Amino acid sequence: MSIEESAETPPVTRQHRPRWLETLTLLARNPLAIAAVVVLAGLVFAALLAESIVPRDDIFTPDIANRLQAPSGEHWFGTDELGRDVFARVLAGAEVSLRVGAVAVGISLTAGVVVGLLAGYFGRWVDDTLMRVMDVLFAFPALLMAIAVLAILGAGSTNAMIAIGIVYTPIFARITRASVLSVREEVYVRAARSAGAGNVRIIVRHVLPNVTAPIIVQTSISLAFAILSEAALSFVGLGTQPPDPSWGRMLSEGRGFIEQAWWMAVFPGAAIFVTVLAFNVLGDALRDVLDPRQRSAMKGVGA
Amino acid sequence: MTQGDVLVRAKSLEVHFPLPAPGPFRSSPGAVRAVDGVDLEIFRGETLGLVGESGCGKSTLGNALLRLVEPTGGAVEFDGTDVTGMPARELRALRRRTAMVFQDPFASLDPRFTVGESIGEPLVIHGLHRGRERRRARVSELMEIVGLNPDLRNRYPHEFSGGQRQRVGIARALAGEPDFIVCDEPIASLDVSVQAQVVNLLVRLQRELGLTYLFVSHDLAAVRQVADRVAVMYLGRVVEIGDGVAVGDEPQHPYTEALVSAVPVPVPERERVRERIVLQGDIPSPTNPPSGCRFRTRCPRVFEPCPDHDPVLQPVGSRQEAACHLHGVTG
Repeated sequence: MSIEESAETPPVTRQHRPRWLETLTLLARNPLAIAAVVVLAGLVFAALLAESIVPRDDIFTPDIANRLQAPSGEHWFGTDELGRDVFARVLAGAEVSLRVGAVAVGISLTAGVVVGLLAGYFGRWVDDTLMRVMDVLFAFPALLMAIAVLAILGAGSTNAMIAIGIVYTPIFARITRASVLSVREEVYVRAARSAGAGNVRIIVRHVLPNVTAPIIVQTSISLAFAILSEAALSFVGLGTQPPDPSWGRMLSEGRGFIEQAWWMAVFPGAAIFVTVLAFNVLGDALRDVLDPRQRSAMKGVGA
Repeated sequence: MTQGDVLVRAKSLEVHFPLPAPGPFRSSPGAVRAVDGVDLEIFRGETLGLVGESGCGKSTLGNALLRLVEPTGGAVEFDGTDVTGMPARELRALRRRTAMVFQDPFASLDPRFTVGESIGEPLVIHGLHRGRERRRARVSELMEIVGLNPDLRNRYPHEFSGGQRQRVGIARALAGEPDFIVCDEPIASLDVSVQAQVVNLLVRLQRELGLTYLFVSHDLAAVRQVADRVAVMYLGRVVEIGDGVAVGDEPQHPYTEALVSAVPVPVPERERVRERIVLQGDIPSPTNPPSGCRFRTRCPRVFEPCPDHDPVLQPVGSRQEAACHLHGVTG
């Protein structure tokens, strides 16, 4: 920041600030985004510390005497059909749901971005081959595809992560490829080649950093979808296995008791709702901040 | 200038861009003949100006000489080596000795790189001035050479003015100590007040570092200022080439005459009597150039042999060559 304007240096208009810092500052001006970040941070906190906040017994050990208790001072979210504390299980379920979301999106993000970069950059037969494979994956309804993958791999939360990861790969591949198609025509890519840069350097150092914006937004949206997918897979019994708590599993079990014990389904459902909403709000806010036109407008208002 | 020491040579160079086929089972309707048989020699230490109107293929020719666009025919020699069939690995190594300065200095700098990173990138690629500190010193040196304050190295391109950005582009081009630099319309997108500064910088660098330039421009006045020799392109061909002063003062091709007549003269008495040759019509499609002489459809001095014979470059006087039947029917 301490750059002196000397005689031979014409004035430079703006103060130098790293781009990411500017992005964060703009993001922090959006109260909804802050709320979303707070909610998500709380969830991550709960997921990591669930077993130290609530006793392990509350999560796993049946207590038939206290089954189907309505919410009270002792059991905030009531108890389920085996007398386990629903609040404790929702907290513990956060860990499963968020982990499945993060790992599944991590898989599809990595695979999709690599496929999209290669297809978009090299074009021709590389593009045709990779994208036709993606089209085949994309042609199946997402959940049917995940169920088919789980039928091959077997049920379980690890396999559910892999299945969801595979299902969401084509979305990342398509979004990445579309951006790469425009970036690879940029003059600075030709400039890098004229300086002797090879394909690997051009892809990693020039193309990838310039296609990140839509990928970041898609990531936050996909996290929400992945949690919903895990809930759906667990709901049909292919995801998390009992007695492990997962929001989707709890929702599906609670369905049977909806008339006697509404709290068994409502609280895990609400947890899914809040998490998905937070990811979507954050995704929308990120999209606005990363769009150059929106960005200038926001800066104009704030400055 | 020592003539005879050829640094870059194009031999019947062709760059044809095939048009996409209209359907899966139809053949391509042809190709855009952006560069269509160009023979050119660029001598060590000189500036060759390359002029022509938009779409004549001059930028494509500049790119093809550096193999940034793949030639579809003919050959390019750099310092006696044929680079046309050279494998990618060798070609990348050769890129240390060549560089390009682009028209739009904003588009040619990666927005995610600081200017210091952009200038230093060729050093990283070619393993020059290894080590963070030595590279930093070299980047500072390059920034000083082009008249930028080295303290600005951590700023991003969008924080600079057009002229400053072009200086960054030039510093980056100089990083690998190249012999040959293609300047592709380097001043076309700059303010008039900055154009002269950038031209002077390029001229000074050439004198100090012994560079060879191909200076591509649509601005004949700017080219005359910097170029030792001038080549005039029309529809993928060089129609006239020779000593810069001779081509500017005594053009031997009707197309060059028209170009020269369009340049305003800064002397009012002469400007008032300047005869402006206005060419009729648009430049023909480079997909399907006219038979015989390509310029005949717009030439004010067209005559019988023009539709049937494709003229080749022939010496006119001692200082230039022109491809026109007015100087004897050829082809």
